[in-house]
Order: sequence, then C-alpha cells, then structure tokens
Amino acid sequence: MTELIIASMMTMMTAATPLMFAATGELICERSGVLNLGVEGMMLIGAVFGFATAAVTGNASLGLLAAGASGILASLIFAFLTLTMLSNQVATGLALTIFGTGLSALVGFDYVGETIDRIAAIHLPVLSDLPVVGPLLFGHDPLVYLSFILLIGVALFLNRSRWGMILKAVGDSDVSAHAIGYPVVLIRYAAVAFGGLMAGLGGGYLSLVYTPLWAENMTAGRGWIALALVVFASWRPERVLFGAILFGGITILQLNAQAAGLGIPAAFMSMLPYIATIVVLVLISRDVVRIRLNAPACLGRPFRAER
Amino acid sequence: MLRLEPRSTQSFAAAWLSPVMALVLTAITGGVIFLAMGKDPSTALYIYFIEPLTTTSGLSEVAVKAGPLILIGVGLSFGFRAGVWNIGAEGQYIAGAIVGGGLAVYFYESESTLLLPAMLVFGMLGGMAWAAVPALLKTRFNANEILVSLMLVYVAELLLVHLVQGPWRNPQGWGFPGTRMFPDVAIMPLLFSGKRAHLGTLITLAVPFIAWFILAQTRFGFTVRVFGSAPLAARHAGVHGHRIIWHSLLIGGGLAGLAGVIEATSTIGQLMPNISPGYGFTAIIVAFLGRLHPVGVLLAGIAIAVTYIGGEGAQISAGLPKAVTGLFQGIILFYLLAFDLFTRYKIILPSRRTAAQ
Repeated sequence: MTELIIASMMTMMTAATPLMFAATGELICERSGVLNLGVEGMMLIGAVFGFATAAVTGNASLGLLAAGASGILASLIFAFLTLTMLSNQVATGLALTIFGTGLSALVGFDYVGETIDRIAAIHLPVLSDLPVVGPLLFGHDPLVYLSFILLIGVALFLNRSRWGMILKAVGDSDVSAHAIGYPVVLIRYAAVAFGGLMAGLGGGYLSLVYTPLWAENMTAGRGWIALALVVFASWRPERVLFGAILFGGITILQLNAQAAGLGIPAAFMSMLPYIATIVVLVLISRDVVRIRLNAPACLGRPFRAER
Repeated sequence: MLRLEPRSTQSFAAAWLSPVMALVLTAITGGVIFLAMGKDPSTALYIYFIEPLTTTSGLSEVAVKAGPLILIGVGLSFGFRAGVWNIGAEGQYIAGAIVGGGLAVYFYESESTLLLPAMLVFGMLGGMAWAAVPALLKTRFNANEILVSLMLVYVAELLLVHLVQGPWRNPQGWGFPGTRMFPDVAIMPLLFSGKRAHLGTLITLAVPFIAWFILAQTRFGFTVRVFGSAPLAARHAGVHGHRIIWHSLLIGGGLAGLAGVIEATSTIGQLMPNISPGYGFTAIIVAFLGRLHPVGVLLAGIAIAVTYIGGEGAQISAGLPKAVTGLFQGIILFYLLAFDLFTRYKIILPSRRTAAQ
C-alpha cells in the first residue's frame, strides 16, 4: 500500500511538472501586461524539437536545450506581432497555437513511433535509498527539481528584486513606467521570451521524460490548463505550485480510477482535468474584486510609446 | 525612424488589402517551405492553391469543405466583433453533431421526411446548449469564456468517443467505433449526381447574407457593431454587456452546431470519432481573414477550403504530410495580423514629418 501511494505521488509530480514550467513562464509574461494564448502551441513546438533533437543526437539533454530554444523563437514571433506590430494579443496567441500545432505535426511526421532514452531519475547514494522520503525527495528526474528552482527564482524575482518591481510596474501601468524612462517594449519582449522558454521546456518535458515519445497534439490541452492555472494562482508564483500539484493529482486520480475499474466509463474519467479546470476557474473568478486587485491592470492592452 | 500615427477611422482599403496580401505572402512562404523539404515549389503550390479549382469535382469538394468553415466563421464573427472570444466552436460543432445525429441513431428505421429538418434544429440547439455553458459561467461567475469554451472542446470530443464506442455503437459494425449509418431520410440530398455538393451547401451559402442583413439592418446588429468598436459608449447608451455575451455565444454555438449536424448528415452519414478535421479552430482564421464581415467570411471560407482540398491532393500526389495545411493556416493569420497595423495606423516617413513642422 505505501508503495502504491509513493508511486502515485511520484507520478503526480511528473504530471505536475510540465504545468509548473508553462504556468510559471506565462505568469511572468502576464505580469508584464502581455496575454499570450499561444502556450499550447509553444509547448508543442518545444516537445517536437526537443524530441527530434534527442532522436537525432541521441542526447536528451541537448533535446531539452532545443525545446527551450524553439519555445523562445516561437514566442518571439508573437512578441514581434503584438509588441512591434501592435496586433491583438488574443488573436495572435490563437494564431501561435494553430501555427504550433501545424508546425509540430509537420516536423514530427518522421518521428512518430520512434523512441529515445529518457532523461533518467537522479540517484543520490544513501539519500535516494532512504525509505519513503528517499524516492519522494531525492528520486525524481532533474527537471522536477529544475521546475521548483525556477518557480522559487521567479517568486524571489517578482517579490524581492528591483527588476521584478519594474516588471510589475510595466504590467500595471505601462504609460507611467514609460514616463519614468523604463523600456516598456523591451521588458515585455524579455517577459514573452521567458514565457516561451518555459513553455518550450514544459513541452520538452512531455516528449523527453513523461512519455517519452512524440505524438501529434500530445500536449492535450495542457497549455490551456497552464493559462487557467495563472488565473487560479491570482498571478502569484507561490500559488502556481498548489495549482500544478492539484492538477497533477487529478490526472493521477483519473488514471488510477481507470486502472481500478470503478465502472465509470474511461471517457468520463478522462474529462476530469478539463472539468476541474472549469470548476476552478469559476470558483476563483466569481470573486470579481479579487481578480481585479490581482490581475495586471494592463493585461492584454497594446502599448505604443507616444514619443 | 518611421513613425506611427493612429488613423481616426480604419482604412477601408488597407482592411481589405491585408487578407489578399496575407494569402500571397503565405503562398510565397509556402514555396520556401516546400523548397526546404526538397519538393519543387511551383508544382507543390499548384497542387495546393490552383488544382482544386480546375475541375468540377474539385469545385464541388471546395464547396463542401467551405460549408462548415463559413457557417462557424459567420457565427464567430458576431462574437469577435463584440469582444466575446468563443474559441470552443469545435466543441459546439461536435455537440451539434451528437444531439442532431442522435435523433437518427434512435429513429434509425424512420422513413419520415421530417427527420432531417428535426435533426438540423436539434443540432443547432445542441451547439447552443454547449455554448450556453461559457455564457452562463461568464455572466454569472465572471469565468473567462476563452478557457471555458476551450476546455469544453475536450469534453465534447471525449463524450463523442464514449457514445460511438459504447451506447450508440453500431451493433453490426464489427466493433469499429461509429454509430449505425443514418437512414436515407436523414441524409442531405445531393445537388448534382456524382458530386458531393449537397443541400446543406446551399443553406451555408445563404447564411452569410442573412447575417449581413442582421448586422447592417437590425437593432441587434447595430448594438454588436457599437459594442465592438466602443464598449464604453455602448454601455452608456444602455447596451447590456451580459446580453451581448449571451447572444454572441448562442449565435456562434448554434451555427457551429448546425455545421456539425450538416456534416454528419451529408458527407459522413453517421457519427464517428473523427467528424471534424478541426473546422472549429480553422473557422477562427476564416472569421479574421474575412474581416469579421459575413460576406468576407464567405470568401475566406472558400479560400481556406481550397488549401484543405489542396492539402489532401498534395498528400496523395506529392507525399506531403497533411499537417502542412495547418501550418499554412497559422502563417496566414500571422501575416494578416501584421498587416492590420496599416488599417489602424498611418506610417509617417521622417522627411514628410520635418516638412510639416
């Protein structure tokens, strides 16, 4: 029984990790005032380029680098259109997701059914062999730890650093930030690129560690769930952790329930994460004041310097 | 440095030139992509963009494919104008196919000519019901309609899979996922023998003009236009935001549901897991490419349908993966959004500026 619980908690973390990456990145992006609905597309792009690189070079770490880099490149298309060409952020984000779905299917065409060596779990002498706490604390793959470190880093950056304050100022009042002399557009470019990096890594995690293989549309809505997580977290990084683990838990619950054969049709169990997302959104959003206080005031609004 | 100056009104010429430019540049980009893939660009582009228009059966196929895209695109354009982002049309399409097609599953021995019209009505209602969820949650609980409508796409897909594998599976289907074939009275009559164009295609062609009339001539159309261009002014004038959200989503959902049931009763003739090649998402591009104007959506739907048929042709004759079509659709929208800068802003050249000062 303990073994089953430990195994479930381990898989819960691996299910939560791609969401943590993507949601942390999108959180920074939205805090700068930019709503990027292209997370799903960037995750798919990261997943396919990460997998293809790992398959060609035989090196999963290189694959991870490629996943992050391709995520950045994809996000820069979005940044150019919304920040330089002042296009509508909602429409452009949707375009990025459609583009990413098509591009990843095209690039991944030759890799369907191929296998790679996944990034292995770490093994520390003594520590990883401890009962219960060993696997739970010291037995994950390196990316689980990386996602935690990046999340903590982002929390410290936003709450403690000068540049974090500036980023929030840009998201809350672009006009005043510009008037004080901060490069609003440049800061937003950087925030969007960070979002792209993290979405790419989240996608890479799916194809390099979680499955590990490439299949068309393999993100299955995780990019959209990550967007919902940012709302759930009320734009606070520390709350992203709870959200991601909650959704990781729902995924595992659903898989275990299917395996246990409770008589509920599999399709209904598979609906759980999506329905849970809707429920969570409703519970959080019904408090209009709270959303208004926490959401970046300039979220989704284009900014053009008046000279 | 170039400088941007906002226009007081949108440039009409730029607004309609940008979709054309976007299509041309996508074709050029496509040529480069084909070259990179080691294919002859001119042949590949011919297969994609020209060949579907050269034969009558090709034209018929384009009309059949354009149908759902136009129906959904027209519906979405109402909401997009008003700033209501229903991006779950794919789910509403599936819901329409389920509810409308369900009638034919239950009355599979029917010979009544009323079955088909009833299915169309039920399909619309199904799509509307699916879209009512984000409308309710948005107006009642302030939940983001983008995320809610999108999550419901996955729910609808899973529901369809469950139905056609479980309770609605064809007992004589050798275990394949799919319902019984619909009875003859539940199948759209063909317009020409030997071609797949059907009665539903005609319905589709009429809808944009009805929508145009509503948008241009009715009070409702007026509020949609005002709400989209000046939401604050609209609120002051007493336009209720909640009502716009409900109307937009119900229209979008209803037309998507209608598209779903038309597709099920025409080219497919049953319910099965893959009843949509992503029409609901592609229709978003169609709506933008058509400038959110019903007649523009009609033209854009035809243009995008050509690339769908071209993509199928290219898959067969040139061995190009079907995914290229999706890539093209994303690129078209990128170009279009970039060009839209010129509909809202004037580019001021530095020399003219100094001369003016």
